Amino acid sequence: MTIQKDHFRQAMQHTPFHARLAALTQTEEWTSWNGYMAPRVLDKLSTEYFAVRSSCAVMDMTPMEKYRITGTDAFRFLDRLVTRDLSKLKPGRVTYVVWCNDDGKLIDDGTLFQFGEDDYRLCAQHHQFDWLVTSSMGFDVSIEVETHDVAALAVQGPTSYSVLTEAGISGLDELRPFGIAHLSCQGFPVVVSRTGYTGDLGYELWISPDDALQLWDAIFAVRDRYDIHAMGLSTLEMLRIEAGFIMPGFDFNTAESTVREGYDRSPDEVGLDWVVDIDKGHFTGRKALLAERARPARRRLAKIVVDGNKPLGEAFIFDSKNGKQIGEIKCATWSPILKANLALADIECSNGKMPRHLWARIDYQRELKWMSTWAECRVTDTPFYSPEHRSTTPPARF
Amino acid sequence: MTERNDAIIIGTGHNGLVCGTYLARAGLKVLFLEARDVAGGMTSASAIDDDYHVPGLAHTAYPVCPKIRKDLQLGKFGYSDGKAIETIALDETGRHLRIGQRSVSGPGLADSDADAYVQFKNEFLDYARALRPLFENKPPRLKNMGFADKSTLAKLGWNIRAGLGRESMNEFLRVVAMNMYDVLEEAFDDERLKGALAADAVLGHHMGPRSPGTVLTWLARLYGELNGPLSIVCGGRSQLGHALLQAAEASGASVRLGAKVKKILVEKGKAFGVETDDDEVIKAKLIVSNADPRSTFLDLVGAPNLDAMFAQRVSQIRGAGNVAKLHIALSGIPEFTGLTEADMDNRLLIAPTAKYVEHAFNHAKYGECSVDPVLEITLPSLHNDSLAPPGHHIMSVNIMYVPYDMAGDQHEQNATFAYKVISQIGRYAPELKSLIVNHELLTPRDIERQYHVRQGHWHHGEMTIHQSFMLRPVHGAAQYDSPVDGLFLCGAGTHPGGGLTGLPGRNAAKRILATSATT
Repeated sequence: MTIQKDHFRQAMQHTPFHARLAALTQTEEWTSWNGYMAPRVLDKLSTEYFAVRSSCAVMDMTPMEKYRITGTDAFRFLDRLVTRDLSKLKPGRVTYVVWCNDDGKLIDDGTLFQFGEDDYRLCAQHHQFDWLVTSSMGFDVSIEVETHDVAALAVQGPTSYSVLTEAGISGLDELRPFGIAHLSCQGFPVVVSRTGYTGDLGYELWISPDDALQLWDAIFAVRDRYDIHAMGLSTLEMLRIEAGFIMPGFDFNTAESTVREGYDRSPDEVGLDWVVDIDKGHFTGRKALLAERARPARRRLAKIVVDGNKPLGEAFIFDSKNGKQIGEIKCATWSPILKANLALADIECSNGKMPRHLWARIDYQRELKWMSTWAECRVTDTPFYSPEHRSTTPPARF
Repeated sequence: MTERNDAIIIGTGHNGLVCGTYLARAGLKVLFLEARDVAGGMTSASAIDDDYHVPGLAHTAYPVCPKIRKDLQLGKFGYSDGKAIETIALDETGRHLRIGQRSVSGPGLADSDADAYVQFKNEFLDYARALRPLFENKPPRLKNMGFADKSTLAKLGWNIRAGLGRESMNEFLRVVAMNMYDVLEEAFDDERLKGALAADAVLGHHMGPRSPGTVLTWLARLYGELNGPLSIVCGGRSQLGHALLQAAEASGASVRLGAKVKKILVEKGKAFGVETDDDEVIKAKLIVSNADPRSTFLDLVGAPNLDAMFAQRVSQIRGAGNVAKLHIALSGIPEFTGLTEADMDNRLLIAPTAKYVEHAFNHAKYGECSVDPVLEITLPSLHNDSLAPPGHHIMSVNIMYVPYDMAGDQHEQNATFAYKVISQIGRYAPELKSLIVNHELLTPRDIERQYHVRQGHWHHGEMTIHQSFMLRPVHGAAQYDSPVDGLFLCGAGTHPGGGLTGLPGRNAAKRILATSATT
């Protein structure tokens, strides 16, 4: 690895796709994502949103933190790191994982790719190298930061299968959700996983940064036949809430960045109890999670549908109209496809049970005048939006 | 193994024996597993060759905690206080100081210093007494306090406020976190006296008298003095390790020597047994480790069986030994300038000034042996003539500082180092060299190998403030239990730390019995 000596001259790094994003953006709304320049919106929120829900959108995922984990203890190391039983994961498959600190509080979540017997890639929202190294004591394992050496592109939406096939990537027919395929495009290798953060049919493409623009161009070359848009982080936020996916650092404070006691969250508290295989063997946080499960639940991040169409923002949640405040909204969006106000809310339980009927007090402005209104909320246990075409194999051809 | 064991004690150091004997006396079936061929840990005897025997790695000791002596009826098993000794602070010109428990004398010592010493000792012994509830109980948890924790803190508070009185309390609170050097500068003028007290404060620690926390390490040493005077460890029936072994066996516990534990077996977060070097699996409900915390958690349990942050904390425990031990077989009693033969059964200290001690420590900071080391010299054969052939003697020397990690070629340094130390003693005892029959140098690396203690550290880990009380050995294992259910610690790596008090073993046993009673 060569050390860049002039990186400081540029406040935000460019991803390998930057030239194309810069050419497409009409808003110049950039933000920093793990130190990379990433678009919030390139065109219009609604255009990008509907591209994913009804045709296809492309998103540069390169800033995602990526770690290659290899070595004879790679499996044992990862199984001790994450809460999920990894013996069920097989080469060529991806799984969603979370990991905790000793207190059983969430540090981050991510996707774990198994390429071979002792060969894994862990993708995370936040920088995890220090935690991975800390966790590696006693294991024969190599941890390599791949963030800057692997370019990643998400292609999401009902027509994504057709678009990629037409763009010259063949072999996607039998790729099931959470599967990995080693394919090629115009002669260069492309690793494709049927994964995504949108809740729709979609793929993530992992390539050498050198091939990034060629891949982008191959996809956009079929734009005359398919409606393809580039999308930014603001659209992704709407989509992931509809899909019921949580965002560490936004929906809950990550453990290693929490100072105040009780401000961090366990997997159970954010509704990720299904990712915890408590009896699989030892993993960091296991003892704390067992102790937590022996007590009545204290709080839970719930998916709620809020009546009405007032923009939710950061509202407080009450047990009844003008009642006791028992929670707060962590993220919210208006869902164009469901025509509903959706939110993830951190709710206090009473006697270990989460109340099902809630009220939100919504403060909003009308021509700069603050108004307040009450809206009833319903708790739902399933993703708000999960279309059938998301998991059909092979996907429908358009 | 069909035999049922309630508890396995890994190691038969004095704390392991104390803990296991308490458990056995409470009705538990206890099995001791000792890697070495001899029980007693650092208090056990060894030999340079067939003729010259060394009573223990620890060569001076304060009496064991009287409560332990009474509870375990150690007197019945032969334990007795050794002969009270004084410290002779050697001076190269022969103007030595004799330092007793409550008096000091010597040529050229000002009356003001002699008086100040009495007052100083009384004051600091009072401080040590005030800390007694803290030493003699499990360190209180500050969060989720139980009754025992509140009681310990209440007693501690009472002792400091009411026991010491307002003036003493203020002074105690002022000096407790200071370094010994500054405190000695305030109290005394005599360099010899300051040198000797400075050496006592840092003996066995990777600290110089100017290091923070050295008043606290000195208070930990003074706690021992509350139990009685210092004596020479001289082997035989009266030896602590010997009496404890007798007490352990009499209480029904079994002791297996030469049985090295290589693994603590853990399933679903619970320890259920051990595996020995011979691949034998021995099961028990309770596993109690007398081994140091780093060996226990990182080698025997293994980091993969622990939470990541806890394993990290354990790996960062500071505890690189830096005291070497020199054993010299002599054909007679060496004559020290200015001392009579009758003086020789005392403890001789070469630490002429506090600055000398600090200088000696400077080298250790950079991985070098002290050019002019601090030496603590005893002749145990004057107390037990069976240690050497008639007329012959054994000299035991603690050498500070000899770092565990030495810069440069360690082997080469060891070869010449013993001679340097002998030459240094020769400045006080010119005839020494002509009496030497044989010698043996144990560096911290040798101590690590022979006594199975990580980095050869006397106290299983530095007794710094950040590794003391409710942080000893680390947060998460400071109340003798550990994140692994059924696994407990009882060695010097736990509160209140090193020394031959036996308190870690006793406190651990109380904790284990209290925990088992509730589950």
